[in-house]
Parts: sequence; structure tokens; C-alpha cells
Amino acid sequence: MKIFVCIKQVPDTTNVRINPETNTLVREGVQSIINPFDVYAIEEGVRLKEKHGGTVTVITMGPPQAAEALREAIGLGADNAYLVSDRAFAGADTLATAFALACAIRHLGGADIILMGRQAIDGDTGQVGPGVAENLDISHVTDIRKIEEIVDGRIVVERLLEEGYARIAARLPVVLTVVKEINTPRMPSLKGKLAAKKAEIPVLKASDIGADVERLGLNGSPTQVMKIFTPPKPGGGRKFTGEPADTVSALLSELTAAGITIKGAH
Amino acid sequence: MNYFLTDDQKMIKDLAAQIAREKIAPIAAELDESGEFPWDVVKTLAQSDLFRVFVPSEYGGLGGGMFEMCLVVEELSRACSGIALAYAASGLGTIPIILFGNEEQKKKYLPRLAAGEILAAFGLTESGAGSDAAAIKTTAKPDGDSYVINGTKQWITNGGEASIYTVVALTDPVRGVRGSSTILVDKDHPGFTFGKKENKMGIRASATRELVFQDCRVPKTNLLAKEGMGFLVAMKTLDQSRPGVASQALGIAQGALDQAIRYSRERHQFGKPISAFQGIQFMLADMATQVEAARALTYAAARSIDAGEKDVSRLSAMAKVFASDTAMRVTTDAVQVLGGYGYMKEYPVEKMMRDAKITQIYEGTNQIQREVIALGLIKESVRNQK
Repeated sequence: MKIFVCIKQVPDTTNVRINPETNTLVREGVQSIINPFDVYAIEEGVRLKEKHGGTVTVITMGPPQAAEALREAIGLGADNAYLVSDRAFAGADTLATAFALACAIRHLGGADIILMGRQAIDGDTGQVGPGVAENLDISHVTDIRKIEEIVDGRIVVERLLEEGYARIAARLPVVLTVVKEINTPRMPSLKGKLAAKKAEIPVLKASDIGADVERLGLNGSPTQVMKIFTPPKPGGGRKFTGEPADTVSALLSELTAAGITIKGAH
Repeated sequence: MNYFLTDDQKMIKDLAAQIAREKIAPIAAELDESGEFPWDVVKTLAQSDLFRVFVPSEYGGLGGGMFEMCLVVEELSRACSGIALAYAASGLGTIPIILFGNEEQKKKYLPRLAAGEILAAFGLTESGAGSDAAAIKTTAKPDGDSYVINGTKQWITNGGEASIYTVVALTDPVRGVRGSSTILVDKDHPGFTFGKKENKMGIRASATRELVFQDCRVPKTNLLAKEGMGFLVAMKTLDQSRPGVASQALGIAQGALDQAIRYSRERHQFGKPISAFQGIQFMLADMATQVEAARALTYAAARSIDAGEKDVSRLSAMAKVFASDTAMRVTTDAVQVLGGYGYMKEYPVEKMMRDAKITQIYEGTNQIQREVIALGLIKESVRNQK
């Protein structure tokens, strides 16, 4: 089985800041990590390989330093990795990114299953998975929490819904985006890390993957980011401190004064 | 401080630290309470290849030595030395096979131990043979192609959980310690059973049990080295493994120091963090200095062993004594820095103080270690005079 995992290198958003003057992310001094949802996709890919055999190929589109994320993916059990990197890809939105990734996957001989995290924690769009599927003209299922079975070119998955889940069958090849509930990613292994250190990571340029340059990077991106900003913190809150009996009655009289009544309160 | 670790050693240390942080620290208090054996952590360590680091590469290892093992034990012990002991004690059980196993024995056991599929244990101590290890009574009577083992080993770490045991027994009781031999015993050999799990003060997540042998018949091919070499095998093994105990102690001490520093910055009294008071600062400074000194000595001992230095007994004993005494002092002081909170189970330092105590006692009490050091000094002086 040919398994592809598309990953994204993102800034570790637990400590990301926005430059108020330029409205862009301050990337200096911020560690880059594999998008956390993609780690679950890698793990699921490795588990599929362990169960059904085959290879796990990880790809990412990004600048040269994104090769580090690919190395880390090899440390987590992927067999090989490709970096899709070219100036022509710069400024890509989700449409252009999905197009480039689809071209790369096709160039590499296609896949039976393509896994990704449900969304990247920096862009939060969740569009690239379905976009890759459309470009390759294959089906996709998003928010997968479980792969139930794969038999005779047919896959059955559970798709997480707000309440409960949907059981969905699809024909291979298929794009699946996964949620955290799908597995518990394993710790990296030393053998994997040693392999990652030595691994050759080929770089695929726009010309290598036969992509129409007009559909890449800024040219191929109808989306323009106007501004990035931190939403203002909701203000005006008040904290009541003191003995619970006093604070509760103070809160209630405040609410009553504001015209809000609470059922059962007296 | 720069300890000149290679890239691979840094990788090993970082991975062990990650497992300690993510998989061990969150369950340390719970397993300390329940005494449950940490099989989940053992599986994680196995999958991460950490059991491979000190096994030769021809047997599925990564070809490192005691230093690599020490790096792992130290990092794991920062989070919980009881859990770390499942790993370290398996290392102790594996060392005699690496040092003295024949090709067949190595091929049979080392790949599975390196993969972490099975754990090992080392059985020397008996109720009447602690510091006086030569006083063992367990016998292994030669009978045709087998040995028939009878006797009881006491306080064996990983007892009941490990699959392979290196047991020291008398094959020729008349000759006393010169008639002792080391024999590999598989867990499922008929006649081999385990006593109850001991209820311990510290390192409670580790399993300590009696090994009970009643007419346990083991094939002679399970003999390590030669008949009569049992005591030598045991002593050479302990010479190599002591830096492992030292790094366990070092990890405990470092863990307690980390807690004390963090707490001293958070805890406010008299309107300032207690880290602003010289009384606390001097304690932290002394603790950190001792920990660093213990680390330097422990690493030096482990590296000397890996470099193939001939006489490592003394250095290895020094590392064990110094690091374990340091662990006891530093953890006691950490509890003091945390004050009343330090005495409560809600904070991890009281556990570290209980855990530290055993490092002064097992794998040779610190009194025995000092005897080893002193005898080494005297022997050397005599040699130099000649």
C-alpha cells in the first residue's frame, strides 16, 4: 500500500506573537514544529504500514528549513520524505498549495491513501486535504477518528461529528484528514532518529512536478491576507472577591440591577 | 557544563528526557502509591530503542556502553527513579551476559533484551548474604547435563517481571565462594517461583521479590563463564553497573533540585519570593554544586569503564558513594526548601527523599563501597612500594 502523509511545518503557537506594526507573525526565536495534527497522521500512516505493508512517504511544501520537519517524520517511522520547495511556490494559499501537493503526489507515482492532519494550527483552514483530493479527482473524508478496515480497495472510516460520528465507506485512493482521537502517537525511536539524520531528502521544484506555474504561489492564489491581528480581549469583566455568601449576593444584586433575573434565585 | 557528549549521546539523553517528561512524570505519584509495575513505560522505552543503547551492535544493540546507559537512567530518574529502575535493573541483569556470555547465550538473549521484549534481573543477595555476598547458601548441584538449584534469593529487583535471571549459586559448596557459579535461569523453568512483592519505603513502582528455587533443573548450557567463577562474574558485573546506580541517584538529586529552584521562585513570604533570601540561595547553591560534582564523577566512572580501563572498582565505587550520598542530602534539603508543602504528597520531593535512601544501600552499601575504595588505595600503595 502506498501511503502518503502531507505535513506542514508551523511555528510552535504556544509562544507565537504578532508584530503590531507589520501585522505578521514574529518568527524569530520561535521554534518550528510539525503541525500537531499531522503527527497523528504520520502515526496512522505508520500503523497502516505495519498492518497492511507498503511504504509511508511524507511530503511538505515549504522553505528549505522545512526539511527538518521531514527528518522528524522519518524519526517517527516514515520511510522516505520529499520537500516540495521552489520560489515559485511562495505566497501560496490553500488552493495553490493543494494544487502543488497534488502535482507532487502524482509525480511520485500516486498514492492509495493520503493522510493529513485536520488543519494546520497556524492557518486553521482545513482546506488543503479536500483540495488535494479534488486536484487528484479522488474522494476525501475529513475529521477521521478511526480507520475501521481496508478490504479490496474499499475503506471504512469513522468521521467525528459534533455529536457522535458517521461511518463512511470510500473507494481507494482516498484523502483522509485525521483528528487527535485517532491514535496516540508513539515516541520517536533512536533507530528512527539515526535514520532521519542520514536520510536524503530530495527537493522537488515546480519544473520537477510538471506544475503549471500560473497555478502556483501568489499567481495561483485568489486569497490575499489583508491583516493579521490579535483580537482584542473582551474587557469589562469584574471579579467579586471575599466570602462566598457576600460575593454571591453582590453578584445577584448586580445582575438584578442590570435587568437579568436568574431562575430559582432569591 | 560541557560534558562533550557526541551527537548520538545527546540524542539518547534528549529522547530519555522527553519520555521522562511526557510518559513518566504524569504517572510517578500514582505508581508510587499503587506499586504497580510500569509495563507501559517499559514498552515505550523498548519502542524508542533505549534498551539497545548499551548492547553491542552485533546483537541488536546500538553499540554504546555504560555511559549511554547512565544517560538514560539519569534522565528517567529525574521524573521517577522507581520506574527508571525497571530499565536499570534489566541493564544490571544484561551486563553479565554481555561480559561473560558465550556466542550462543548472547545470540539467545541479547537481541530480545535489546529490543526490550523481555527484561533481565540479577540475583545475588540472600537473607544471610548482603554485604557479605560470599555467604550465599543457594546451591546448584551438577547432575548429568543439568544443574539442580535450591535456595532463595532475596530483594531481587524486577523479580517476577523479568524473563531471564542471572543467579549466583554454589556448584561446589565445599569450596565456598570459589565453588560459586553464575547460571542463567528462565522465568518459566519448573521449580522456579517468586515470593511476595516487598512493600518498600521508596522506589515503589519497582518490583522487588524473592526468587525461590526448589529442585529447579537448568541445562548446563546456561552456565555463564566457568564453574567456580560465579563470584568473579558478580563482582565484575557490579563494578560496571555501579555508575548506573550513581546516575539513578544523580537523576533523583537533579529532579529534587529542579523542584526546589522552581518552588523557591514561586513561593512568597515576607512579601518576596523565598529565592530572594540568602538562607535559601545558599542551600540551592550547595545543592547544585554537589549535583554537578556527582555528575562529573559518575560520567568519569562510566567513561573509564567504556574505555576499557582495567581496574574500575575504585572509581565505580566512588561514583556510587558520592552520587547516592548527594542524592540523600539534596533531596532532604529540597524538602526543607519546600517546607510544609515539601512534606506533603502533593509535591514530588518527599517521594524523591524516600527514593534516594535506597541508593545508599543497594548494589553494595556505601560502607562496603568505602571499603572497596580503601582496599584499592592500600593495594596500590603496596604495589608502588615494591
